[in-house]
Amino acid sequence: MYEGVVQNLIDELGLLPGVGPKSAQRIAFHLLAADPADVKRLAHALLEVKEKVRFCRVCGNVAAEEECRICRDQRRDPQVICVVEEPKDVVAIERTREFRGRYHVLGGAISPIDGVGPDDLKIRELMVRLADGQVTELILATDPNLEGEATATYLARLVKPLGLKVTRLASGLPVGGDLEYADEVTLGRAFEGRRLLDV
Amino acid sequence: MHVASLSLTDFRSYPEVELTLEPGATAFVGPNGQGKTNLVEALGYVATHSSHRVATDAPLVRHGAQRAVVRAVIVRDDRRALVEVEINPGRANRARVNRSPVPRPRDALGLLRTVLFAPEDLALVKGDPSERRRFMDELLVARAPRFAAVRADYERVLKQRNTLLRTAAASRAGRRRAPRRQDDDAAFAAAGAGDVLSTLEIWDTHLVRFGAELLAARLHLVDLLRPLAAKAYATLAPSSGLADLEYRASGLSTDIPTLGTNRELLAECIRAGLAEARQAELERGVTLVGPHRDDLLLRLGELPARGYASHGESWSFALALRLAAYDLLRTDGGDPVLILDDVFAELDGQRRRRLTEIVAPAEQVLITAAVPDDVPPELTGARFDVTEGSVTRVR
Ligand SMILES: [Zn+2]
Repeated sequence: MYEGVVQNLIDELGLLPGVGPKSAQRIAFHLLAADPADVKRLAHALLEVKEKVRFCRVCGNVAAEEECRICRDQRRDPQVICVVEEPKDVVAIERTREFRGRYHVLGGAISPIDGVGPDDLKIRELMVRLADGQVTELILATDPNLEGEATATYLARLVKPLGLKVTRLASGLPVGGDLEYADEVTLGRAFEGRRLLDV
Repeated sequence: MHVASLSLTDFRSYPEVELTLEPGATAFVGPNGQGKTNLVEALGYVATHSSHRVATDAPLVRHGAQRAVVRAVIVRDDRRALVEVEINPGRANRARVNRSPVPRPRDALGLLRTVLFAPEDLALVKGDPSERRRFMDELLVARAPRFAAVRADYERVLKQRNTLLRTAAASRAGRRRAPRRQDDDAAFAAAGAGDVLSTLEIWDTHLVRFGAELLAARLHLVDLLRPLAAKAYATLAPSSGLADLEYRASGLSTDIPTLGTNRELLAECIRAGLAEARQAELERGVTLVGPHRDDLLLRLGELPARGYASHGESWSFALALRLAAYDLLRTDGGDPVLILDDVFAELDGQRRRRLTEIVAPAEQVLITAAVPDDVPPELTGARFDVTEGSVTRVR
């Protein structure tokens, strides 16, 4: 254990995803040795992101205003919604330039071992968006792993009574991985070859 | 196929060791506890990504080291492949093939096929069903590496589903212990428990899918193994009864043999079993139906080997299972590397002779023994002496 403030910093860093106790200690001592101006810039960036960035009240994507850039864009097709797990998946799909509809960000996938059930995801918000009947196709672009598949199956069953077209990205994506790691060409192809999901 | 070289870094007792190997028989001779078994254990790890001696990877890493690395050059039909596996206990392993990293370690499975005989094999006959499930599954993976993915997916679904069942069981117990107002209870049933049941069906779908795939593959495997094991047992112990295998699926009401290996029928069968077990599963918080609870029944004549076979018969049965595996692998993809870890000392004269006759023609046989006399003369070849962690070629 170190002096109070240093230990506080190590503890806080250790709470970040992917940062173990050893890394937390290393980062803390790096910051202690760093130029004060650099550290101020980092602190400012941290505060600014919390102050200025929020989640879009429509789709759950990161946004600088009430609604995100995509939801405000009148040229995007309001009849098609692509459901993804995380904001980073929106970025990955946008890179392919294959998709001109809107998004819905769930905030994760169903995974009992991580304590995540349907109620912990933005599924109710999705159902609200689908209620007015304007949406004709729902593309389920959750990750091509077990939890992503389970979430897609759950959603497909849930929206079945609404009678809209429900599709899933074509296979060819690296199975067991994250959507964000798929290269643009593969992801683009998966979009084009999406198939009807029958549950 | 054969292994042309084996090198270890921080594996068990070895900081660093490198061996050049040849086809034919090779013996590693040295007193127990001096590191000879560690060498063949490392090779077995390259083939199966698990140890035949311990259930977890931590003991495989030398004390004080972060990770262990095993490298093997495998020669098959004159083509050489360098396979490297980095063992990181508690974290994901990494693997490289010909110096290129593979996306997942399991992508390196199948390049080396081994059949390993060891004193631990007695557990195949006398041990828990998990020992026999592991025997079947490792053989499936050796024959078709894609089953490593099926197995991993099945395990993952199982873990998710068990967690969900446990959560449901705990919340039910909680409600029983602390009765709330009735409308609270109704609200809970509508939201919480309903939620559990709706997602349980999703996991059922996946459990059935991967479970049926695994079950079909195991049933087919047992069909292939039955005559081979019977033949091997008759060779090892001619005066003993007939050895037979039967797959036992737990929690399924339909008679499995009548279904054959039709995946759709098996899936239906598992689905029906799950429906029947639903109440019990919700009460106990664990998945009660599926290949993770199945067993391979070993019979000698009319009696189950477990509990009835003598020590000698049990040994013969264990050897017969390994020999059947060897026979099967040999017919679909070339001679696997045979590893005989300290087994000759355990056998009487007759079984020793029979085993020697069967394994002598293999492309490569690696033997560990405490003393040179434990190696049958027919298997005389290269010899390494292993003492206090140093390995010296003496012949
Ligand atoms: Zn938005």
